[in-house]
Amino acid sequence: MSGQETPAPDQRPIPAVPGADGGPRRDSLTRDTPTRGPARPLPYVIAGILLAAAIVLPLLPQLYSFDAPRLGGMPFFYWYQLLWVPISAILSGFSYWLVTTEDRRRRREARAANVGLEGGDRL
Amino acid sequence: MNTRSIDWVALIIVILLFVIVAVMGFMAARWRRSTEVEGLHTLDEWGLGGRGFGTWITWFLLGGDLYTAYTFVAVPAAMWATGAVSGFFAVPYTVVLYPIIFIIMSRLWSVSHRHGYVTAADFVGGRYGSRWLSLAVAVTGIVATMPYIALQLVGIKAVLTVLGLGSSQNAFLTDLPLIIAFVVLAAYTYTSGLRAPAMIAVVKDLLIYLAVIVAVIYLPIKFGGWDAIFGAAQTKMSAISPATGKAAGVFIPSPGNYSAYWTLALGSAMALFMYPHSVTGVLASKGRNTIRRNAAVLPLYSLMLGFLALLGFVAIKAGTKPIDLDGSVNPQLVVPQLFIDHFPSWFAGIALAAIAIGALVPAAIMSIAAANMFTRNIYRDFFRPDVNPRTEANVSKIVSLLVKVGALVFVIAMDQSTAINMQLLGGIWILQTFPAVVAGLYTRWFDRWALLIGWAVGIVFGTVSAYNVVNPATHAHFGGSVANVPGTNVSVYIAISAFVLNLLVAVVLTLVFRAFKLPQGADMTRPSDYGADETDPRVAQIEERLHGFVEPGGPSPVP
Repeated sequence: MSGQETPAPDQRPIPAVPGADGGPRRDSLTRDTPTRGPARPLPYVIAGILLAAAIVLPLLPQLYSFDAPRLGGMPFFYWYQLLWVPISAILSGFSYWLVTTEDRRRRREARAANVGLEGGDRL
Repeated sequence: MNTRSIDWVALIIVILLFVIVAVMGFMAARWRRSTEVEGLHTLDEWGLGGRGFGTWITWFLLGGDLYTAYTFVAVPAAMWATGAVSGFFAVPYTVVLYPIIFIIMSRLWSVSHRHGYVTAADFVGGRYGSRWLSLAVAVTGIVATMPYIALQLVGIKAVLTVLGLGSSQNAFLTDLPLIIAFVVLAAYTYTSGLRAPAMIAVVKDLLIYLAVIVAVIYLPIKFGGWDAIFGAAQTKMSAISPATGKAAGVFIPSPGNYSAYWTLALGSAMALFMYPHSVTGVLASKGRNTIRRNAAVLPLYSLMLGFLALLGFVAIKAGTKPIDLDGSVNPQLVVPQLFIDHFPSWFAGIALAAIAIGALVPAAIMSIAAANMFTRNIYRDFFRPDVNPRTEANVSKIVSLLVKVGALVFVIAMDQSTAINMQLLGGIWILQTFPAVVAGLYTRWFDRWALLIGWAVGIVFGTVSAYNVVNPATHAHFGGSVANVPGTNVSVYIAISAFVLNLLVAVVLTLVFRAFKLPQGADMTRPSDYGADETDPRVAQIEERLHGFVEPGGPSPVP
């Protein structure tokens, strides 16, 4: 809870100042060194569609501005919109999984390419 | 005159919880402090809580930050008074909010982590190399935040009124508890920075959940189920108002209301994370993905808000009479009154304390955020470019006090409706910074001057349109936030029409300025910055590695 989780191997920090701990000094890590490798579009496209649905569908009153059917006495207009809260959470959660999985892969790729810069034992 | 007797049990519980929270606020200065930093002497430490809040703390912090006391008071009040369009839109608003922040906020986190940005205006300045554009974003943020803080005081005031404190004769005595509460708040914000509201938010949120869950289960049983409650609401909303000759409110929106309904929800959702206090909450988190994880768990608060909104309808069925000290009907007293009428005093005390504490958390974060904007984007960029981190923190602490005093004066000296009008305008204004901030996260295509002119056009158009909305009953200006799109009879949220105009101007002028080859400002960011996570080194660290020095106070966003 207080941020003490051990980072996954691909998320271990790049040493802040290489050379400070006696390792070889590496000057080739610059601001333009990519932090992530190239993206595969598919996970982003799927996540984009899910998130777009979660934005557009609750904003179309044409679809839900009715009294019937009622649920436990609550008109459709009200319970439908409340129902969108958990649906949106699930869509965001699934998108999170898609995007972070791909993100981790890209980061691993970028760090593997940087192994030469960083002394080699990172993966 | 309306005389209220003081409910002592409820009052003592409110005071007790307030004292507990104040003690926590002061103790928070020592919480999670990094060992090498002695004291809270940088903006990162004081203003962003050390940039280290994990998923859970961020959840409580953002929940406490975004779902403010005013929300708890105003949303059910709107439901009680005018029904679905002005009240229940809060539900789709907070539903579509999270997919939007899922998409944009992790990029803002990454670039801010790399460059040590503390505010959205820092980012805009660094991205476009324009301190004027950065100033526009900062001033908009500060001006929009001030009335928002003032409205938190309105929330506390509603609670105090219902508790029986205050009289219509002596204005100073009425405001005294409010002043005491704010002085204490100002003191622990000064000493503990963002850590204080982060810690208090946990207590506040748990109390609010408790109060809402109990109310939503118990009250419908007491009043004959949701069927009877919605029946009463439908009767009230379809009654014809003698003042306007129209229905009193909206039970279920008809096609004529659709555009107002969805633009209110969308515009509010887009505007919320342009407010400085939301950005502060995001940048205080530990990692790039913390905010995304929160996009999936924060909707729990929206569910709570939805049921809280329905308490406005419950109050219709219950026949709640929200009578203010001067004898007039004040819808904002509906929810506090509902609790004190239908629950034992001790439980009403807990619920009212939750609302009052719910005002302190956002007020603290908002004042910190506004102070950070002043320090970084006005004081540093325009007066002291070589300011060191310690001075930055000191300036911010003092400005946070001034901001709170300003809000207090706002509420005490001016009519309450001034604060509400200003807050309405604030929502319209803050959305005009969206093109500069959000487009900047994805592209440098826009010209900085085109964005600045678009911003100005949006602000002017929005202000004039809002002024021209006249309340049909009282004939006062700033009668609402919805107006027809000029030349049509489609009514939309003014912030959205101003935003579209703003964007059009920015696009057209960018094309024109490109054609004239106007010089572009330097872009301090790199593509690699937008995907960086917490394990990637900061720019200052890379620079130190390459050149062996770091600029004092971190690199200025503007060369």
